[in-house]
Amino acid sequence: MMLFKIPLRNIKRSLRDYAIYFFTLILGVSIFYVFNAIGGQAAMMKVSSSRNDIVKLMMTTISGVSVFVASILAALIVYASRFLMKRRSREFALYMLLGMSKGKISAILLIETVVIGIGSLVAGLFAGIGLSQLMSALVANLFEADMTAYKFSVSGKAIGMTIVYFTVMYAIVMLSNSGSVTKMKLIDLIQSGKKSEKIRLRNPIVCVVIFTVAVLGLGYAYYQVAFNYENLNTEKIGICIALGVTATFMIFLSVAGLLLRVIMRMKKVYHRGLNSFTFRQISSKVSTMVFSMSAICLMLFVTICSLTTAFSVRNSLNSNLKTLCPVDAQIVFEIKEEDRGISEIYKNNGYEVTDGFKDYVHFQAYADESFTLAESLGEQLDVLKKNYAFIDYETSETIVKISDYNNLLKLFGKEPLTLSDDEYIVLCDYNGMKQIRDLALDKGSEITVFGKKLHSKYDKCKDGFICIGAQHLNAGVYVVPDNAVSPDAANMDIFTGNYNAESKEEKQNVEQSQRERIDTITAYLNGKYNEDEIMLMFETKLDIYDAAIGLGAILAFLGLYIGIVFLVACGAILALKELSESVDSIPKYDTLRKIGTDEKDISSSLFRQTGIFFLLPLILAIIHSVFGMKFAMKVMEIFGTEGMGRSIALTSVILLMVYGGYFIVTYINSKWIIRGKSISSE
Amino acid sequence: MELLKVEQIEKYYGNKSSLTKAIDDISFKVDKGEFVAIMGASGSGKTTLLNCISTIDRVTAGHIYLENEDVTKLKGKALNRFRREKLGFVFQDFNLLDTLTAYENIALALSIQKKKSDEIDSEVRKVAEQLGITEVLEKYPYQMSGGQKQRVASARAIVTNPSIILADEPTGALDSKSSKMLMERLTYLNKEQDATIMMVTHDSFSASYAGRVIFIKDGKIYHELSRGDGNRKGFFDKIIDVITLLGGDANDAL
Repeated sequence: MMLFKIPLRNIKRSLRDYAIYFFTLILGVSIFYVFNAIGGQAAMMKVSSSRNDIVKLMMTTISGVSVFVASILAALIVYASRFLMKRRSREFALYMLLGMSKGKISAILLIETVVIGIGSLVAGLFAGIGLSQLMSALVANLFEADMTAYKFSVSGKAIGMTIVYFTVMYAIVMLSNSGSVTKMKLIDLIQSGKKSEKIRLRNPIVCVVIFTVAVLGLGYAYYQVAFNYENLNTEKIGICIALGVTATFMIFLSVAGLLLRVIMRMKKVYHRGLNSFTFRQISSKVSTMVFSMSAICLMLFVTICSLTTAFSVRNSLNSNLKTLCPVDAQIVFEIKEEDRGISEIYKNNGYEVTDGFKDYVHFQAYADESFTLAESLGEQLDVLKKNYAFIDYETSETIVKISDYNNLLKLFGKEPLTLSDDEYIVLCDYNGMKQIRDLALDKGSEITVFGKKLHSKYDKCKDGFICIGAQHLNAGVYVVPDNAVSPDAANMDIFTGNYNAESKEEKQNVEQSQRERIDTITAYLNGKYNEDEIMLMFETKLDIYDAAIGLGAILAFLGLYIGIVFLVACGAILALKELSESVDSIPKYDTLRKIGTDEKDISSSLFRQTGIFFLLPLILAIIHSVFGMKFAMKVMEIFGTEGMGRSIALTSVILLMVYGGYFIVTYINSKWIIRGKSISSE
Repeated sequence: MELLKVEQIEKYYGNKSSLTKAIDDISFKVDKGEFVAIMGASGSGKTTLLNCISTIDRVTAGHIYLENEDVTKLKGKALNRFRREKLGFVFQDFNLLDTLTAYENIALALSIQKKKSDEIDSEVRKVAEQLGITEVLEKYPYQMSGGQKQRVASARAIVTNPSIILADEPTGALDSKSSKMLMERLTYLNKEQDATIMMVTHDSFSASYAGRVIFIKDGKIYHELSRGDGNRKGFFDKIIDVITLLGGDANDAL
């Protein structure tokens, strides 16, 4: 009976210490549930069948990521419970003095963990079920699904999964707790509260040296990833990451001492009100947790980057679609020996290629063997070689006739272009390539195709494409006057059109029959040629949309999942440290009150301490992110990076909610802890 | 000149079923420039008395006037201002902030009064010299001896030029040599700087440095001794005599 009473009373009594722990557990459980329950909810909504595959893919990815997330949460929970154990050493010392066996103490801890575990699981699951209903609105938005079929749902599978994962985590906590109980020594426990704190103020010169080295290291890494990415390779990226991590650690090692020295020099600021106390408190906090601060900073950095990149990729994927995919379907065929056109091949198989299409454009693209990428770029070829080593610059450039392109533009619903007999236009929308081509156009625009000399109408590339897709992937197409091409140089046959259908269902039906025809044609070609040499592509708007939206949604979703878990971890570590620090500092605040400090000044000192403590890792993380994102954007270039502002805003909102939430809870809790008890002030 | 007037104060603890009278009708006066010691056994109510005067605790009944201001009526901000401007505290366990150096601990008392930094510097150095702690100013509490810590705490109490210094068992945690040194310094502050000091102690040796000793037993004033023009040794003997009279329950008061 006693064995149950003690743990329950302990929890009740130290609710203050446990509040953040409990809060974090509940948050962890509910996030875990929400993200694992999404599958069930997506299924509830009318997501189109091919997109359903993507939902399935997302579910598999999420369960994979969940293992990773679970290990992070487990580490966090073990850290937090060890932290709370340390805080209670005097209590354990009392038990041991009274003659309680270590086994009994372990049993008490075990019961506590079970009670807290069950409590947090139940509360977390309830919170999660509530939250997931909100989340489904977001999911519907991500998938552009229709919410009408939506019902309140609870995922049994997700509940089961959450219970299993967290039971394992709590089991680890129990093992770790009883492990530390067996290692406890009475003398250490009794003395633990009495040891006076040693203030180590590191040598200022050493601080300056460490800080300078760290800043230089960071500067180098920033320069490499953000401005010198052309020369990056895997090895260099590895070096930059290692450099970034080390420099972050070094900055937190030295920043407290350095800042304090600087502020101490400013005597007017330092000796104003409680400033000296405030800065000393911060500096001692930061210098006792250099490692945690660095880890928190890096986690925040990963969070900011993954959230922003994921959102902006998702946004631009969706916005790109409207401009880059203006027609229902496109068949692209690379001309082979006697099979010189799609129409003939279709006819040979008993089809008419135009069947099922309302309006269409059918044209051919040409190639001049002597007019290669290397030729057209001239001196700029070196830039290409440096930036895009994988591109084969001996391939011929793609050439289309102005009349064909104008027909295509008309189908796309755009204005036609005009061209004189001796002019040409370069179409290109792939940013990296466009820059190189623009440089080449600057140097000299005269080209020779099929023996005819032409010069560029514009001094820059024109935005445009002939093949539909989800991303800006057109690396370059030459539009030339009709009479400049030799008819037998055609190398590609391109058929583009809109289905003879209005509603989505009708379009899906047409597409189904089109797909069957393509399968037959592919089989026919496979019988005739070596499989690797055939290029027959059938791209459709429905396919591209599904793939793009699915990809964007998965990215955004995983970004959210990992980002929020990382944020919770960061917030929890800082909050625990700050709260325990507040408990330790109660006598200090009592002293301040006794010498007559105003309550307002004490509150503002506490606010500054908590604020700077939370801000320091965030500031460095934001600086990291500015450069890290430049790199991420470069890598994600083909997806397009429009809507960055919106993504950053969204990321900030999430950051503010989770991290800011922890800050507020911590501040209010700390204020409550240090509020005067022994001294009357009313 | 009358500085402090304690008028029929009472302090009760507990509830109706079990009431403890920590202070039971105490009245006395302290003049400006006096050095008063309050003695009594553990539980006699002497610390409660000091806490009531220092506004850390509230009286149940009665009034306390400092410079004709009723401190029992003070609240909130006015109370805090009163504490930081009129009172200087010295505690048994020093109550120094361990994250601050000695200098900063002393300076803090001035900076919370919104004093200018150059003014703070000269004040701190002056008071440090008076208390003989100039060489430990840049040290942290954990680097100092108990005696040094208590002198730093005393410096913090005196630096604001308070109306009265309240010391709660200032020698309680010190060895005899440090105790002697501290008491000599307090006497110096009292004699040369004209500081008014009120000290609670159960150490007769420390009390013998005072000009007047008030003995408290069971929450009431039991006896009062004045040193007059006599020397400290003679005063010490008189104190011992009273303590012997106080009875067996005051055996620890040596």
